[in-house]
Amino acid sequence: MALMLSLAITLITILFGGMLIWKHAWLPPAISTIAGPIDHQFTLTFIVCGLLFATAQVTVAYLVWSQRSKPQSERHHALHGSHTLEGTSILVATVLLVALSATSYQTWTRVHWTGPAPGALRIEVWGEQFAWYFRYPGPDDRFGPVHFNLMSDSTGNYLGLDRQRDPASRDDIVTATLGVPVDHPIELILRSKDVIHCFFVPELRLKQDLVPGMEIPIHFTATRTGRYEIVCGRLCGLGHYNMHATLAVMTEPQFKAWLLRMAAEQ
Amino acid sequence: MAPQVPGHRFLQPQFLRDTARKYVFSSNHKVIGVQYYLLGLFAVGGGVMESLLMRVHLAWPRLPMPWLSTLSPIGAPGGIMTPEIYLALLTMHGTLMVFFVATTVPQAAFGSYFLPLQIGSREMAFPRLNMVAFWLTVLSLALLLSTVFTAGGPPTSGWTASPPMSALGSIAGPGEGMGQTLWLVSIGIFSIASLLVATNFIATTLKSRTRGMSLMRLPLTVWAWFITAILMAFAFTVLLIATALLLMDHIGGYSFFLPANLVVSGVLQRYSGGSPLLWDHLFWFFRHPEVYIAIVPGIGLTSHLLSVFCRKPVFGYHAVLYATAAIGLFGLVVQDHPMLTKGTNSFPALGLSVVAMAVVIPLVVVIFSWLATLWGGAIRLTAAMLFSLSFVTVFSTASVSCIFLAQTPLGLYLRGTYFMVAHLHLMMGLAAIFAIFAGTYFWFPKVTGRLLNETLARIHFGFTFVGCYCIFLPMYFFGLSGLPDCYATIKGVPTLAALQPWNVFITGAALATAAVQPLFLFNLGRSLLKGARSPQNPWEGTTLEWTIPSPPPAANFPGDPPIIYRYPYEYGAGSGTRDYIMQHELKAPSAPSKAAFC
Repeated sequence: MALMLSLAITLITILFGGMLIWKHAWLPPAISTIAGPIDHQFTLTFIVCGLLFATAQVTVAYLVWSQRSKPQSERHHALHGSHTLEGTSILVATVLLVALSATSYQTWTRVHWTGPAPGALRIEVWGEQFAWYFRYPGPDDRFGPVHFNLMSDSTGNYLGLDRQRDPASRDDIVTATLGVPVDHPIELILRSKDVIHCFFVPELRLKQDLVPGMEIPIHFTATRTGRYEIVCGRLCGLGHYNMHATLAVMTEPQFKAWLLRMAAEQ
Repeated sequence: MAPQVPGHRFLQPQFLRDTARKYVFSSNHKVIGVQYYLLGLFAVGGGVMESLLMRVHLAWPRLPMPWLSTLSPIGAPGGIMTPEIYLALLTMHGTLMVFFVATTVPQAAFGSYFLPLQIGSREMAFPRLNMVAFWLTVLSLALLLSTVFTAGGPPTSGWTASPPMSALGSIAGPGEGMGQTLWLVSIGIFSIASLLVATNFIATTLKSRTRGMSLMRLPLTVWAWFITAILMAFAFTVLLIATALLLMDHIGGYSFFLPANLVVSGVLQRYSGGSPLLWDHLFWFFRHPEVYIAIVPGIGLTSHLLSVFCRKPVFGYHAVLYATAAIGLFGLVVQDHPMLTKGTNSFPALGLSVVAMAVVIPLVVVIFSWLATLWGGAIRLTAAMLFSLSFVTVFSTASVSCIFLAQTPLGLYLRGTYFMVAHLHLMMGLAAIFAIFAGTYFWFPKVTGRLLNETLARIHFGFTFVGCYCIFLPMYFFGLSGLPDCYATIKGVPTLAALQPWNVFITGAALATAAVQPLFLFNLGRSLLKGARSPQNPWEGTTLEWTIPSPPPAANFPGDPPIIYRYPYEYGAGSGTRDYIMQHELKAPSAPSKAAFC
């Protein structure tokens, strides 16, 4: 039994370690400027955690196997503890964790303590059960006011715009796809109509909740063209699994043409 | 003299009254411990069945289950599970497992039974409060299960019941009407019951110890129950208040958690002034300590069992004790860390991240102590020891994944994905359940006077250990891929649909692991009736429960409770045929001990 248990633990460790090493088979491709530092932090953490994980598991496996038929006379009598060993374990853990915390914090400040670059394209992201809408400010670069009493999916006025009375709303463009130009800073303003949703694009390494009553800004710059899934990362009701939209990263001319096409459809 | 009525003696009022007092409304801690255990067994059965249904649906979303439409003709047309049934199962699975299994069995069941025995007391400090707490838990469970019979079924907002979804009523989705109301009342009652348990455990540990049982002579199991009770007192107080406020929003039209201008299903709602973030702040005061409420009794039990079955003292008794207390303390203060996903100020991230990381240090201390206890030990691989070892490996894996989640940039990506599902299940699900199995195999002979079948237990262990890793390890990688949790199916999202073969693998592993569990129940039942008679101290333990007959007499200790002379892990200290000295023995049976620690 000792041998079987040791083998099982070792096998699990090897499998898990192997899967960790091939992290790129699991982490989706990175397509934003913030993804680089985050992935670097993932790599550091994989190394530290992989070592700690393997050490703990293999030690259990080894100890169980090596002690399996030890005669009573050979065991260590009444070892109650050792301040040196305990202190060393605390010290090693602390040093590793402080080092990880420091690099992690550096990554966090790079990603979250900076505002969007000047000239960033502002886009409002709206979540509702179970759809996404995106609003572009149009040529005047201003979002028109939102009238909650006018919001109606059945009439197509998803965001409650009064295009007759509010001049700023007239050129606002509401879409169901998030189109963005590549290598251009983007600022998203996240808002929710009903319950809490979560804007999540794994390839951007970007995730943030949409909380009703709040306007939450986030920013990114996409570095690779293509179409990616925006999913809802927080349970929002029975259609949660189906609440997804497309992020289309385009070249600048493609984006301009797309936005003109969307404006014509309003 | 009670009046006699004609009929069988089992129908005599006096007999019924006596039976009810002895086995149903008993204030005896041992009866209540067994009652809690049976309640937990019932809940775990229900919780596992629900998770299997979810897993089958995730692997084969179009698989018809004809009997499902009989159970729920509206929600399962043609026997195909709908998303609302999936989410109802998700909520019920989470609630049953978190509250009625992970919180109830390691603490309330094992603690009620063995806390007085291990500290040399005849009873809990407040026996009737103990009984009231148990029956409130039963009431809470009954209310939770009654949600199945409401028009919309059980709530679909998950076991975290986040508003606005959980506060808006039936407009927010099926199960959010009466189902959610009953859920909130149920959890409120459970919180009251848990506060009574916490009060009782704290008072019993502080006031009911026998002579000589100083705090530093308490077994680590007792310390773990004591620390957990303190955590419960904090966490469930906040949860009780939070559920009361949410209930007022839900049925009273208040706006604690509901802001203005909510447009739900195209209808503008008349609320103003509240914020859903308030719930998250309050709930995390419960949610994070709850992980440790589930796991700390397991930490104590594992330290205890490794010592017994390695025939060695716990390595670093004080270190483990202080580390366990630190885990509890950090568990209480980490609560605000996940708020960063919700747009709260990102500047305090360093402080929050450091505290979240700091939890890992006492976890490392505890794991190191276990490895050092194993080192050089004369390991006896009983079923209880095997499950303790599996606790060590599962707990180590979960501790490592803490390091990912504690770092804000990585935690932000991983929260709300399957990485969190895997982490939570390993930390407070599997580890707690492995501790329950270990405790059962260890203490069954004491409770029943009979030994469990070791061969059956080993088969049960082998399949459960490997099966559980096969279920949960791939989920870590699902999370790294960015798969959000709570999805009724992943086939709708093209980039995630590639993971579907792994879903089938996990479901296969879950079905195989579940198929072995009847072996455990069979072993319990068979051994109860036909198991070999157990000696008083089959594992050669040193603590007080092994000084009394099995099963223990009503008053626990014949005569006065014993006086305690020593620390509880005097293994390798005896001489002759015995390698241990019991806590109540003044001298070693054949030679004095040189290794008195305290």
